[in-house]
Parts: sequence; C-alpha cells; structure tokens
Amino acid sequence: MEQKALFEYVLRMADDSLILGQRLGEWCGHGPILEEDIAMTNISLDLIGQAISLYDFAAELEGQGKTHDDLAFLRFENQYKNALLLEQPNGDFAMTMLRQFFFDAFRKPLFEALTKSPVAQLAAIAEKSLKETRYHLKHSSEWVIRLGDGTEESHRRAQDAIDHLWRYAHELFFEDEVDTALHAKSQVPMLKEIQTAWLENVKEILQEATLEIPTNNWKFEGGRLGRHSEHMGYILADLQYMQRAYPNMQW
Amino acid sequence: MVTPELLRSYLQEVSDPEIPVLTIIDLGVVQQIYLEDTHWIIELTPTYSGCPAMQQIEADILAKLQEKGVANAKVKHVLSPAWTTDWISEEGRQKLRLYGIAPPVDEPDKSVLFGDAPKVSCPKCNSQDTKMISLFGSTACKAHYQCTACKEPFDYFKCLK
Repeated sequence: MEQKALFEYVLRMADDSLILGQRLGEWCGHGPILEEDIAMTNISLDLIGQAISLYDFAAELEGQGKTHDDLAFLRFENQYKNALLLEQPNGDFAMTMLRQFFFDAFRKPLFEALTKSPVAQLAAIAEKSLKETRYHLKHSSEWVIRLGDGTEESHRRAQDAIDHLWRYAHELFFEDEVDTALHAKSQVPMLKEIQTAWLENVKEILQEATLEIPTNNWKFEGGRLGRHSEHMGYILADLQYMQRAYPNMQW
Repeated sequence: MVTPELLRSYLQEVSDPEIPVLTIIDLGVVQQIYLEDTHWIIELTPTYSGCPAMQQIEADILAKLQEKGVANAKVKHVLSPAWTTDWISEEGRQKLRLYGIAPPVDEPDKSVLFGDAPKVSCPKCNSQDTKMISLFGSTACKAHYQCTACKEPFDYFKCLK
C-alpha cells in the first residue's frame, strides 16, 4: 500500500510538471517579446526535465518495467493526475503568468519540505528542482507585480486572470489517503502546511501588485483523481500524437 | 592500468556541446568514478533538470572512452548533491570569460524577490556597468545581459546554489 501511495504521489507531481511544461511550450514562437518567449520555453524545459526524473522514479516504484516515455505518452486521460489549474489554456500573457505564479509559489515550499524526506530519490529530485523553482518564482512574481502595478489595461488583465484562476488554485492542496498514508511515515509534508506558506507569499505579491484576492471561494477539483476539464483531451492529442501514430518511435 | 584518475584525464578531452570551450571536467558535472563488478561507473550530474545536452554528453563520454580502449564503462545519472556553479573550475571560469560569457558571481539569496541583481563584469570591456535584460538567456543556465559602457550584449552564466 505504501509503495502504491508513493507511486501515486510522485505521479501527481510528475503530471503537474509535464502538463504545465507542455502548456508553456505552446508559447514557443508566440511570446510577446523575444526574451519572454525564451524564458517561458526555458521554464518549460526545466519542468519537463523534472517530469522525467519523477516519471523514472514512479516507473521504478511501479515495478512493471515501464520507462518515463511510457508514463508520459501512453496513458489515457483519466490516468493523468495533474491539478486542473495546469491544464487551463494559456490565455493572454497575464493568464499564463498568474497560473505560473500560483504554481511556483506552491512548488517552492513543497520542494523545500521534500528535501528533508527520508525517501532518498524524492529528496534528491526536490533538491535539484528547488534551485530551478526559485528562479521560476522570481520571474513570475516580478511579472505579476509589473502587470498588476502597470498600466490600466495590464492591471485589468492581471485581475481578470486571478478572478478566473482562483477557483482552480485550491486544488493544488487537495489531500486524500495518499497524502495521509505518506505523512504518517513522515515521508511528505501535509499540503495544508504548504498552503499556509503559499497564501502568505501570494498575499504579499498581490498586495505589491495592487491586485485583489477574490472573495468568492468557489473551487473546482478533480484532476488529482483523473477527472479533467474539457481542455485536457486537446493537450493529450498534441502531446501523444507521435507515439499513437508511430508506436515506439524514437529520436 | 586503468584508474579513476586516468579515466578522469580522458574525460578532460570531452567538451560541453553547448559551450565547447569548457570540458565536462571544467564544468564540474562528472562526479565519482569507480569500478562496480566488471564496469567503470561514471557518475554524471545535470546542470539543470531539463538540460538537453546531458544525453549528448553521455554519448560523448562513452565514445571517448571507447576510443581510448575502455569499453566497459557506464554512465550513471545522479541528482544529489545537486550541481552548483561553485563546481565550475577556476580554469573553466577563465575560459568562459575569454569565450564572451560572464562567469557566475556570488549572488544574494535568490529567495529575496527584490534583491539587487549581481554585479556582473562585461566579458568584452570589463566594465561593471552592466544590466540584466532577461533572467533566462539562450539556455536555462544563462541570463541575458548588456554592457552599458560598451553596449555589448552578452550571456551571463547564472549562479546556481
């Protein structure tokens, strides 16, 4: 059971990284300025690199001889466990940056906590990824402030993005028996604790950016259990096309 | 006789595919080298998780050792301890500068959002009057800078700790 819980936990993290990495990759060649085109695809590459490490570990835990490619490319929609936030469309640049900021502010304290995990491979991946995530968070935070405290239009777009994404952000802290089983063994932090750090960070940056936290706490959940929004199928169609059309192809 | 030191000296001939003036030893990505049963294990650590050069480096390592007559080598990827720019050798830093890439300088804590950007010297004219254009440059490990004195745009190898 414990092995199974750990597999599920690592898979959720891997899917978060993969799906957001795929979304950011869509900006390639479409960034508002060249520097941001490069920044978003660089961050995408970091996330996909993290996903590879996490899928390798998940495959090892699963013990069925699968590779990271099998897990990334050859599952059905309801087998992906990423949070709904990460599959939301890129929208405008403000939407992409706010989605990124909510995620980076979640990942940083999570990786910090996981570096202390007795699960050696998980701690190693966290240690490696944390260094990258600090740069991602700095980048997205600075953009949130620049957009929020920028022009009337950039402020409006940033606030619209928050109002739209807020309902998805809570799912990052979704917990079930997977988390409680691993937490009981002190292998992972409870996400409630991470949420406290997250909210503090979010409040600080949004205040600096003159942006408001929505008072409506309506929330969507489902991704962690494999129930996705209508956008997920389109992402997978893109992501899996080559492997489905030409099984086992390599480059 | 094959020893870890000898293998390490062979790897001094393998260059980084993205920054060819640096060898992988200069870059500090080769960790322990040891014999395990019948194979030499070369531990390799990535600079960044998604660095696309890692597969190429692995292939280059095996090809170089093969060329030197060492056929029983394997590359093992390790993540911990995580790579840091502190592992770039002094010689490597010098080579970077000559190549036009500013080597990493110690930065204040990156968790501080509004911490000042580090003082990076222009690799062309050495002026410290430079500005950061973008935190993400041509690869994940570099940031994009410009010299205010001589106007030269240049890459800065970001400090990673």
